[in-house]
Parts: sequence; C-alpha cells; structure tokens
Amino acid sequence: MGILEVKNVGKRFGGLQALGDVNLSVKENTVHAIIGPNGAGKSTLLNCLVGKLIPDTGSVMFDGQSVLGRKPFEINQMGISRVFQTPEIFGDLSVLENMMIPCFAKRDGAFSLNAISSVPAQKDVLEKAEAMLEEMNMADKRHMHSASLSRGDKRRLEIGMCLSQEPRLLLLDEPTAGMARADTNNTIDLLKEIKEQRDITIAIIEHDMHVVFSLADRITVLAQGTPLVEDDPQNIRGNPKVREAYLGESA
Amino acid sequence: MDAILLQILNGLDKGSAYALIALGLTLIFGTLGVVNFAHGALFMIGAFCAVTVQRLLSLSYEMVDESQKDFLGNPLKVKTPYVESWFGPEIGGTIIDWAVPIAILFAIPIMVLIGFVMERGLIKHFYKREHADQILVTFGLAIVLQEVIKYFYGANPIQTPSPEALSGVANVGALLGMDIVYPVWRIVYFFFSVAVIGAIFSFLQFTTFGMVVRAGMADRETVGLLGINIDRRFTIMFGIAAAVAGLAGVMYTPINSPNYHMGMDFLVLSFVVVVVGGMGSLPGAVLAGFLLGILESFASMNEIKSILPGIDQIIIYVVAIIILLTRPRGLMGRKGVMEE
Amino acid sequence: MFGLDNKDTRMLIIVAVLTLFAPFILNPFPTGSAMAQFNAGYPDLMQRFVIFGIFAIGFNILFGLTGYLSFGHAAFLGVGSYSAVWMFKLLSMNVVPAILLSVAISGLFALLIGFVSLRRSGIYFSILTLAFAQMSFNLAYSVLTPITNGETGLQLTLDDPRILGVSATADGSIPVTSLFGLEMRSTFEMVVGPWAFQFNVGYYLCALVLLAAFYLSIRIFRSPFGMMLRAVKSNQQRMNYTGLNTKPYTLAAFVISGMYAGLAGGLMASMDPLAGAERMQWTASGEVVLMTILGGAGTLIGPVLGAGFIKYFENIFSKINDTVLHNWFAFMPDGLEDFVVFIVHPFIGKGWHLTLGIMFMLVVVFLPGGLVEGGQRIGKWVKGRKNKDDSTSATKTPAE
Repeated sequence: MGILEVKNVGKRFGGLQALGDVNLSVKENTVHAIIGPNGAGKSTLLNCLVGKLIPDTGSVMFDGQSVLGRKPFEINQMGISRVFQTPEIFGDLSVLENMMIPCFAKRDGAFSLNAISSVPAQKDVLEKAEAMLEEMNMADKRHMHSASLSRGDKRRLEIGMCLSQEPRLLLLDEPTAGMARADTNNTIDLLKEIKEQRDITIAIIEHDMHVVFSLADRITVLAQGTPLVEDDPQNIRGNPKVREAYLGESA
Repeated sequence: MDAILLQILNGLDKGSAYALIALGLTLIFGTLGVVNFAHGALFMIGAFCAVTVQRLLSLSYEMVDESQKDFLGNPLKVKTPYVESWFGPEIGGTIIDWAVPIAILFAIPIMVLIGFVMERGLIKHFYKREHADQILVTFGLAIVLQEVIKYFYGANPIQTPSPEALSGVANVGALLGMDIVYPVWRIVYFFFSVAVIGAIFSFLQFTTFGMVVRAGMADRETVGLLGINIDRRFTIMFGIAAAVAGLAGVMYTPINSPNYHMGMDFLVLSFVVVVVGGMGSLPGAVLAGFLLGILESFASMNEIKSILPGIDQIIIYVVAIIILLTRPRGLMGRKGVMEE
Repeated sequence: MFGLDNKDTRMLIIVAVLTLFAPFILNPFPTGSAMAQFNAGYPDLMQRFVIFGIFAIGFNILFGLTGYLSFGHAAFLGVGSYSAVWMFKLLSMNVVPAILLSVAISGLFALLIGFVSLRRSGIYFSILTLAFAQMSFNLAYSVLTPITNGETGLQLTLDDPRILGVSATADGSIPVTSLFGLEMRSTFEMVVGPWAFQFNVGYYLCALVLLAAFYLSIRIFRSPFGMMLRAVKSNQQRMNYTGLNTKPYTLAAFVISGMYAGLAGGLMASMDPLAGAERMQWTASGEVVLMTILGGAGTLIGPVLGAGFIKYFENIFSKINDTVLHNWFAFMPDGLEDFVVFIVHPFIGKGWHLTLGIMFMLVVVFLPGGLVEGGQRIGKWVKGRKNKDDSTSATKTPAE
C-alpha cells in the first residue's frame, strides 16, 4: 500500500479525454517520476492530486484518506506540498518572510487571527525559517526582496518553503524547466540531498531524462492520458514501448 | 397590457443610454484590457458638446431697430443670431432649433480626438499595470474632466431642448389599436441608439479593420505576432468608443438637462451593465443595457412597488450581485475572461 | 515601547505630537492678520482631520495590505453615523455607547457585505462593493426612511426618549453630546499675544481615538496576520498551496476596516449629532481612496498624511479667491499679475477638486507610493548629495 494511491482516475475536457484510466501507487520514502510526451496528461494528473481539478471518475487516496473534493489548502494541510513549474513565491515579501509564512501555516493552521503579537516575537517560527534558509544556502539573502532573486534561487526558496511545512509528499512539476544546465544540476543535487536526509516521498513530473534518471526510484510513463508502464529506471531505459511513445513509430 | 408596453418603452430609452455607454466600456476593456472609470465623463462631455453647439448657433449681435419702439418711444435694441442674418430668419431659426442633432456632426470629431489623446497620453502607460491602478488613474481623470466642465459651464443643469418638430408626443400604440402616448424624442433616441449599435457591429463584422480588432480581443499576442500593428488599431478603437459615449450624451440632453456630474451617475450603472453582460462581450453589453433599463422601469411600477417597496432603487444592483456571484462571466461573457 | 520597535515608536510619537499640539501647529498666523484665514486650528476642521484620518487608516488595512480595492467603504461610515445618532435618540447623549454601537453595527454590516463581495477579486470585487454601497445609499434615501429619515437626514428632536438621559434640557433645548458630562462642544480658548488657540473637548476625544486606532494599525501591520495579508496581495496561489485559507484572512481585514469606518462615522455623529445618506454615496467612498493613495497606500503613516493633506488643502484652497491672489502676486508687473491670476484661478476656490484630481493622477502615474514615497525619494536625494559632497571632498584631499 503506497502513501499515494490513484485508482481509475479519468478526466475529460469537453471532447478531449485528458486522463483515461490512471492507476498509480507511490511508495513511502521513494522518488517516483511521472514522465511522458507533451499532452500525455501529466499536469492534469498533478492538478487532480492537489485539488485544483476534480477528476470525473476514480479515487485519489493520500495516507488512507480521500483528497477528492477538498480545497488545495486543505490538501496541503494533509501533508502534500507542491512546487510549481515557474516558481510561485511571494514576490513582494523578503526572502525571510517568504520562509516564515509556511512555518506559520504549519504551526497555526489554515487561518489564525494573530493580529496583535509582533512577527519578531514569534521566536520559534523565526528560528525555523532561519534554519531552513541556512539549509538552502540562502541565509545571506534573507533580507532581499524575493522578486529580485535569480531563477535558480527562486526555485531553491520555493522548495525550502515547501520543506519547512514538513510535508509527507512533495510534488514537483518540472522543477528544472527553462533552467540553464548549471542550475539544473544544482537542483538535482538539492533534491538528492533532500531525499537522503529526510523522511519524505517525492513525486516528480519531468521532461528532462537526465533529471529523471538521476533521481527516480520508480518511473511511470504516461501516454495519451493512460499509464503505459510502471517500472524501475533501468528497465524503463530499455523498454521498447517507452521509446515508441517518445520517439514515434520509427524507433 | 398598455401599462406593460409603456414600461417597456420607458425602459428602452434609459436602456439605450446604458447600452451605448456600456458598449464603449466593454470595447475598451475587450481590446485594451483597461477598466476605464473616465468613460462616464466622455458621455458627459458629449452632452456638453450639444450645449456648446447650441450656444454657438445662438450667438447673436445687437442691432438698433428703428422700426420697433419700446414703451418710451425709444428705438428697440434687437438681438439677432448670426445664423439668422446669414441664412435668413426662416432657415436660421430652423438651424438653431435643430442644434442637438447638428451637434452630432460636431461631437464625432471632437470625441474621437479626445479619445486619441486620452489613450496615447495616459491609458497607454497603464496596459501593463494592475487593474487597481487603471481604476485609480481613470477615476482621477474623471474628476479632472468633470471639474473642467464645471469650470466652464457652471454647476447647474443646462436646458437643451430638442427640435420643436420632435418635441411632442406620439401615440405609438395606434398601430396595435392601443392608446400609448409617448414623447417623440425618446423614440428618436431609441432608434438612434439602435442605429449606432448596428453601425458598430457591422463595422466590426464586415471590415478588415474590425476583423483584426476582434481577433485582437480574442488573442492580442498572436495578432501582434502576425506583424499587424494592433496598437494603432486599438487607439482608433478607443476613439470610436469615446465617440459612441459622446453621441449617447449628445442625444440624451433633451431627455435630461446635462450637468457636470451626470457622467459619474451613469458610470456606476454602466459598469454594472458591463458586468451583467459579461466583461468584453459587445452583444452582452447591449443586451444587458436594454434588459436592465426595462427591468428598472418595471420595478418602478406602483403595483410592484407596493409589494416590494424600494425595489426600483436597487433592482439593478440586486441583479448585478446575483449575476456576479452565480455567473461571474456575465450573461454572454467568454469563459475564462476575468472570472476570478 | 508598547511592543513596537524603535522606528514604529518614533512614528507613533510623531503622530501623537502632531495631533495633540494641532491647535498650535494649525494656527500659525495671529488672529486679525491677513493670513489668519489660512489658519486651520478650528475645532470642527481639526475634528474632520482626525476623523478622516481614522477612516483612511482603516481603509488602508484592507487596500494597503491585501490589495482589494473597495469602492463602497463610505457605506460603513454612514451606517456608523446612523447607529450613533440612534443611540443619542434612544439611550443617552453619552458618546461612549454611541461609538461602541457604531463600531459593532458597521462591523456586522461589513461582515455581511464582505462575505458576499469577497467571493470575487480584482475589478469584480470593486464593482460589487460599489454596487452594495450604492444600494445602501438608495435604500437610505427611500424605503429605509423610518430609520434614516430620508433626504432630511437623521436628527435629534425634543421628543426622543433618551431613557438614560433627558429628552430636553431645563431650558427646553436638545441636550448636547458629552463624555460622561464633559460636553463635546466645550472649547477652551488660550490667548497668547495676538494668537488665539482653541482646545476643544471633542477634538481631543477624536485625537485620542485616532492615536489608539493608529497604534492598533501598527500592531496589525507588524503581526503575523498582517504578514499573511501582504502575502494575499502578493500571491494567492502560493497561499492556497501553502495550506492557508485566504478567505477568512481577507474577510477579517474587510471587517476590521469596516469597523474603522464605523468608528469614524460614530465620531462624526458624536461631534455633530446628525447623519445623512450622502455620507454613503460612492463619491464619499472615492474620497477615502484618494486620501489613502495620495498619502501612500500600504504605508503606516500615509493614510493619516493623505487625510490631513486633503482636508487641509480643501479648506485652504477653497478660501483663496482672486483678491487674495492679486495680493500675492502684487509684486509682478500689472499685465503679468493679471495673467498669473488668470492661470491660477481655475485651481482655487471652487476649483479645488480640479487641483485634487490632477494631483491624484500625477501621484498614481509618477509616485505610486504617494507622499510617503515622495518624502523617501527626497530624503534619498539629499543623502545622495551629501555623500557625493563627502566623496568629492575625499578625492580632493589626496590631490592637494
């Protein structure tokens, strides 16, 4: 039994069957990659997991509880954090403030009318945020306006924000899309570190095979809205069906 | 039955004004993505174009007329409008009488020019800024325009009568064998609005210019990629929208004497109309304009007011709130356009 | 001090000094001098400064922090005024219960309107609040006449019950508002040489309430709650995917700022016990928007500055007339003098709104941070020049 169980999920947009009949099981403390050509339904699947879309059929269970029908913030509070394709951070806020917000969300829940106490007085949150910035090697940038960070740093910050919520499942949506090689390698190293040092399950959607094969313990190949194969990385590499899906019939 | 028809008629002329202003608002929003709080001011300026034309045409010179004496036996000073001395009293008098329709010719170039200047001088710089900033700067502009008009024309409403030939009432029910008497000018206003709306729609539908603008409303970037200078066309669109609002104002003057704050009064309602019709939807704006005008008119019937007192004051807002909450894209808005 | 850091404490002290010494600061010209008409140290004017200051501080909690632009905030001010007047009619002329009721009722009203309006954001939110405010205004004028007294406005009469007070005073007039017997209208005049300074009880009550309101707004700005509101403005998507529910945050901000507006309305009625529907009109809502933006939305002191600035210049500008202008420019040659007066004329007197509109547009276009940003820029410029001077002198030294 995996921490995330997707059963018979289907989603249709008008005449387009975006997801056919998706079954997926993500085992605890593994890195599970979901790959597939453009339009395979990867993003749709991800949106079904975080509450942005509600699938037409099937079920999505996280740690034995259904996530369907819950709002994104509720699903997040269950322990699923999401990293976006283009980093979503609080651009108007400083780096430190960005890191404090998920710490508050972890400590105080979805809403708290904490309107009188001052932010610097929240020592526990402050320490936790500082520690996470240290871990992300961003402590020297703590007072920077986060919108002025480099793309790579924004990505690190976003991942750090997700981690400071101590999620059980981290979802990554093409975390290296549009990145230069050096930034991509940095991100891979960061994710490897996270995988080794924390009790965390990671599900990653990715285009870049280099990233996938450096990280994944298990790979699901999605094509035209249905899973083609699910296997270990070394088996996927040699699988003719996968090559066909990626390179067309000629391969 | 007569009463119902009368209410529909009553709703039509107010609805026409709503529809024309809302049409321009939604055109600007659809093409430029700008929320223009100064659009009501354009309506108001149009109305003052009519006032100006009437004053210009009535400009007179004074002349001592020996043939007429006042009660002391002195020769009488007579004011004669220049127009009458040029064209003779007959034709000259008619021209002055028809000042409001004549003002249309005068208002079109002026309004288009004002629209160009507004877009190039101010709005252009706000395309990339937040909607809140657009609202704020156009709100400021509306205040400025209204104060400028107040400075030149004063704070009191100015009577601007319609041509005498169109100022009476007509029995519009005669065709149906009913007895419904209705002011002629309001009927004129309705048909005028329909004509303007028809002109705008056929312009957008049948000319290449219109085609590009419609394509630009749907997807600005792609049209830009085709190498078509979309910005210039949008400037022209802004001019047209300003002209439509101005024309609505010109023709509205005989119905309601214009004052400097009439723009603001209409603006709020026109926004509501745009929202109900659907942001960026031209047919939606027209439909919602007439619908709300008629609804408002029905709500002011005594039979309805006695059941729901005060409903006539708030009906438009109630409808808008319900629409916004249940169907944020409005009656005919495209899916996904500002639905948040 | 008071749980604030040094910078905030300094700001609070500045505002405190400005408001408490306003009767001096706003009365710089001796009575009887030509400039005396530009004094602003009159009780009713000073009351207006601080009351609108409170209104703008509250508006800024919503707009400045969350970015939700409400165009209907005057409705809450109007509701506050009506509630206070009713309290004067029914209970007593003491301002405390009146103000408490205004805050409570406008808070409830804001909860209702906010709950509905906040289901949308951006321009739709603005239009929804506008629609609600106009609706309240229209209703106050028509159906709700039994509560609002329609066009005439709600006033005190001699047959009001006032169960804890008296319907009429011994000499048969309507009693005046007071704070436990301390009459709001009582004014102490201090004459120092040619100057006359007026100290009004009502003004000082308003000033103290302003200080409390300002202090509370600093606390909110600096709290985790305030940080969450800024996060709402910055990125709602990230909020949702960080396990935070944005709805109650924005609603709480809306209600708090509605209560501030109600407080302002209650104070307004306490100073002058009447309430009219025109206080709820959307142009009145526009005014508080102007104040906040002009001063600097999202900054602490901006709204107070904006409110003071607008109300002060409204008063001053409308007092300037052509005669005054001719006096000012008398040093110029005659033709030039007339020309200058002719140019300036549209912007003064009744033309004040024109000046205001132009100023507002300039601020939105060039100075989105308002007067506060302007001040900061000037400060930086001065500092920069100083540094430049220092550096040039530094480079000079070795050359010698």
